[in-house]
Amino acid sequence: MKRLILALLLISLPLLGYANSESEHLEKAPINLQDRASLQRGAQLFINNCLGCHSMKYLRYERMADDLKIPKKIVEDNMMFTADKIGEPMLSPLSKEQAAKWFGTAPPDLTLEARLRGADWVYAYLTGFYADNKRPWGVNNHVFPDVGMPNVLEKMEAQMGKDAFHKAVADLTNFLEYASEPVALKRQRMGVYVLIFLVILFVPIYFLNKEYWKDIH
Amino acid sequence: MAEQKNKGFMAWIDARFPATKMFQDHMSKYYAPKNFNVWYFFGSLAMLVLVNQLITGIWLTMSYDPTGTGAFDSVQYIMRDVESGWILRYLHSTGASAFFCVVYLHMFRGLMYGSYQKPRELVWIFGMFIYLALMAEAFFGYLLPWGQMSYWGAQVILSLVGAIPVIGDSLVVWVRGDYLISGITLNRFFSLHVVALPIVLLALVVLHLIALHEVGSNNPDGIDIKAKTDENGKPLDGIPFHPYYTIHDLVGVVIFLFVFLTIVFFFPDGGGYLLETPNYEPANSLKTPEHIAPVWYFTPFYAMLRAVPSKLGGVVIMGLAIAILFVVPWLDRSAVRSIRYRGWGSKIGLTLFAIAFVVLGYLGAHPPSTVKTMLAQIGTAVYFAFFIAMPFYTRMEKTKPLPERVRMCH
Repeated sequence: MKRLILALLLISLPLLGYANSESEHLEKAPINLQDRASLQRGAQLFINNCLGCHSMKYLRYERMADDLKIPKKIVEDNMMFTADKIGEPMLSPLSKEQAAKWFGTAPPDLTLEARLRGADWVYAYLTGFYADNKRPWGVNNHVFPDVGMPNVLEKMEAQMGKDAFHKAVADLTNFLEYASEPVALKRQRMGVYVLIFLVILFVPIYFLNKEYWKDIH
Repeated sequence: MAEQKNKGFMAWIDARFPATKMFQDHMSKYYAPKNFNVWYFFGSLAMLVLVNQLITGIWLTMSYDPTGTGAFDSVQYIMRDVESGWILRYLHSTGASAFFCVVYLHMFRGLMYGSYQKPRELVWIFGMFIYLALMAEAFFGYLLPWGQMSYWGAQVILSLVGAIPVIGDSLVVWVRGDYLISGITLNRFFSLHVVALPIVLLALVVLHLIALHEVGSNNPDGIDIKAKTDENGKPLDGIPFHPYYTIHDLVGVVIFLFVFLTIVFFFPDGGGYLLETPNYEPANSLKTPEHIAPVWYFTPFYAMLRAVPSKLGGVVIMGLAIAILFVVPWLDRSAVRSIRYRGWGSKIGLTLFAIAFVVLGYLGAHPPSTVKTMLAQIGTAVYFAFFIAMPFYTRMEKTKPLPERVRMCH
């Protein structure tokens, strides 16, 4: 038994240490992938505020519509400013040359941003802008020093007030988290069934083994 | 001919191909000791993971684009657009770590019960070659997602070749096929990963098993079961591998799958240890990540590499750390195999070795500091001391008397 415990501990070694030096000091982003309304609001915020410069080239409008249960008609009429067909990916109309001229660097694709930096980072970044006259856009960022991006959400924050703004940013972060791995919820749902199946399978296998081995002493 | 026909299909086959004989030799009349414990699951589990890697790998190859411009995109294509592609990829990426996990435990089992001792030296050596091939396979495969860590990890490891005096630099260029890691490097790594090394691995597994079945399995007591046989020459403490261990291993398979699939379905990133976070950014030769760390299964050796101040010295130490494992059968001079009957020297030695290996693994995954480098140096010293001192402590220590027959543990 001692050995079994040791073996299990050894197997689970790679699971230990969720230590990511960056995310340690960040506040936990108040997001929930199960909250569909939040994801829908986040998608809307993303399309209205981010997609002008940032692509999400690995996410198709249709996939988003299906996963977030947004009627395709609404997506086609109100959300697809940059594509003709719903099967197309979410691309920014901004060309690389324009981007380089305006911002000095091309705005990164954001499909995998939440997986690359973590949702907590995204949340901290979007709520982390502060005035800094030394920067070309007059703003700097707490988690991304000397960032090249202007504070696009500044007006929104002024209109909404701090609390409502933070909630909106949480929705946007939630959407980025979804986009980084659209299959995440399905994966977990499926995982539950897989593990239940294995537990049930264990019973006959265990007794079959016991039956075969009953005469071995 | 008519006579054969009466005996049915298997007789027809057996007259032309030794199917029944092979099944008997390797399964139904291959006598394995009856006292295998939980440590003996990891051999069959390694086979299971190998099959998983081969099958998921075949399907991933169908949708993967091995070019510098298309590789990263095609991985996202697999994750999003290919039907069940995400399961295939997570099974494969988690499978790589699982492979090393079970292989490390399998090797530790060998060290614990002296399974490399005469007459199983070749079983151990073929196994070590499997381990080497596996490391190469994992290294080549790690470049394929073409993310930042893939790129820079390969950059760091390949640059080690450059530490070889005189020819080093031109050798690196030759291996890379370019002046920096590029699509050309990716093409050749893909070829090696999906064709060359799987063939080598499979061939070595066959050799490993043939050698094992020739001499028979060791057991936790480390005594020879063939010494006591019944009137038919069947070992008294042996049981046919099939059905006893085929059924028994199924229990291990289900438990293993529970742990493995929990990770696949709930923690596929493994906290950044199984799928490293910087790899979600496409490879960029102009931007070095803040901290480059190899995947966890290479970190013990990476820690040793960094523990040595000179680059060449580090490479030599790293190479020796693996090379010394090959000669363990000749370093061990103990009269008994199993740790159960060995003295304090072996017990303390193996414990310190295991601790050093885990600590080195931790250190190799984190950025170095003065304290960490010192710890890594101590760990490296302990790692080598275990092997270098082995001929002495195994010969000098007092061993316990061996039992006549194997003991069953319940």
